[in-house]
Amino acid sequence: MVDQVETLYLIASFLFILGLRGLTAAHTARRGLILAELGMVFAIWGTVIHPDIMAHLEIAGFFQTYKWILLTFFIGSAIGIAISALIPMTRMPERIALSHAFGGLAAALVGVSEYYREQVIAGHMDHTTMAAIGFEVLFGGLTFTGSLMAFGKLSGLIPGRNITWPLQNQSNILMFGGTFVLLVLVTIDPSNQVLFYAVAAMPLLLGILFVAPIGGADMPVVITLLNSYAGLAASATGFALDNNVLIIAGAIDGASGFILSVVMSKAMNRSFRNVLFGAFGKVDEEDAAMAAAGGERVQEASVGDAAMLLSGAGSVIVCPGYGMAVAQAQHVVGELAEILEANGTQVRYAIHPVAGRMPGHMNVLLAEAKIPYTSLMELEEINEDFKNTDVALVVGANDVVNPAAKHNPASSIYGMPVLNADLARSCIVLKRSMRPGFAGIENELFFAPNTVLTFGDAKDTLEKVVEALR
Amino acid sequence: MLEIFLGLYIFMLAAFVGYGVIKGVPALLHTPLMAFTNAISGISLVGSLVAAGAHYNNVSTVLGAIAVLCATINVVGGFWITDRMLRMFKKQDPKADAAGDA
Repeated sequence: MVDQVETLYLIASFLFILGLRGLTAAHTARRGLILAELGMVFAIWGTVIHPDIMAHLEIAGFFQTYKWILLTFFIGSAIGIAISALIPMTRMPERIALSHAFGGLAAALVGVSEYYREQVIAGHMDHTTMAAIGFEVLFGGLTFTGSLMAFGKLSGLIPGRNITWPLQNQSNILMFGGTFVLLVLVTIDPSNQVLFYAVAAMPLLLGILFVAPIGGADMPVVITLLNSYAGLAASATGFALDNNVLIIAGAIDGASGFILSVVMSKAMNRSFRNVLFGAFGKVDEEDAAMAAAGGERVQEASVGDAAMLLSGAGSVIVCPGYGMAVAQAQHVVGELAEILEANGTQVRYAIHPVAGRMPGHMNVLLAEAKIPYTSLMELEEINEDFKNTDVALVVGANDVVNPAAKHNPASSIYGMPVLNADLARSCIVLKRSMRPGFAGIENELFFAPNTVLTFGDAKDTLEKVVEALR
Repeated sequence: MLEIFLGLYIFMLAAFVGYGVIKGVPALLHTPLMAFTNAISGISLVGSLVAAGAHYNNVSTVLGAIAVLCATINVVGGFWITDRMLRMFKKQDPKADAAGDA
């Protein structure tokens, strides 16, 4: 029986890695997904014939053994499918944050359950298993509440702004260190139940406290880090249960989250430490309009002016940002592109790595609007082309097109790679409003002589532009 | 003792393989990647299934059952939404492509 289980797990692991490889190109991605799904079937199959379950099957019969598994499996599937089929693409960051929360909770619960079984009931637990379970509940709990906080901030249930309090970083670090000390102590003495439940409970508090100070615009880094933690929690579960497929899947998830968070931090030119402990007054991109700049004036363009600029352009690069997601403007961007392309205009899209609230957010939205992925360009691919482009159309992006990052050392985003929207022959910026006096980062692009601003809801404005062009 | 080292080797190698493979995933697919790895790591389902199915004791069974619920939401939901996203990614002219793309 053990041989069968391990064989099935081996096949599952193989299929997971093969499936992941499929994701390295868009045209093989769905095939990869199917392989991974197949791998999951093998992994579950291997598990339902786990020796401990089979032992119970012999005494209690099929129904008694599998009733909880089947019941929760069907309810879970129904919930999972309902959420995944119904959620709009614009809310994908919330969906991902929520699934990290579920993943963390599952790992933490399995950890507590294992501890209860081996230590509380059976009365013996070795130190290595204890350490693994300790890490499991630590990362699981941290991921659970941290992700719920991220979900709350992304969905607006909790203020997205950074919540700060005195000695915040010091107390957070102290508490994290304290939890780690408890983890070491309980590893030395697994029979100390109070210690264990403290190790299980503290991370729940820590997750909340760690994410509270981090503002909305920094969410991409938080989500990817939590992704990494969710993976580590799964891996730790694998160590606790001597289950290799769990170790492998968790390690892959952890590596993925790690890579993505490095990509995100680099794209913001900030270190992890700065994102996690910085909490500098960074506010939502869209809100971070300019403080009323003394003397400088912006040029306002009507919908008609914008339409005229676009219809006369030979090439257009669209620079989308979180504002496009908020306004749900991706479909009308697609419509506009269709009209312009029919007109002979080349339309491409410049996707900044941190545009939006999670990695790849903008790509998914534009794909939803039926824009072929071959026109979605990464920053490095397209940044040199701006200077030969007639119009850069900025839809709800702010910091990622701020030229101050290139040449103003005083700016808080100095050094961050940005899209060269300022180098296009002309630049149209769609903005909700000027919001004078809001303490944000001033965007030089808005004051540039070749920039015009069209105020209003991005979706609204674009619909009017499309109408004008028809 | 040997077992834990075996586990650590597996973890280390899997992390390197994961790192190497995921490095090659284009930014275009980063959101599907997150949903995908999330679905895979929902495999903590495996641990929860044992806890729920082996009926060691009532506490383990209840905790395990809740864990199966959470993990299933991730596995089934994660694969579902990854597929939903990947179906949207089209190369050129979506109308001509829609029929041929399986």
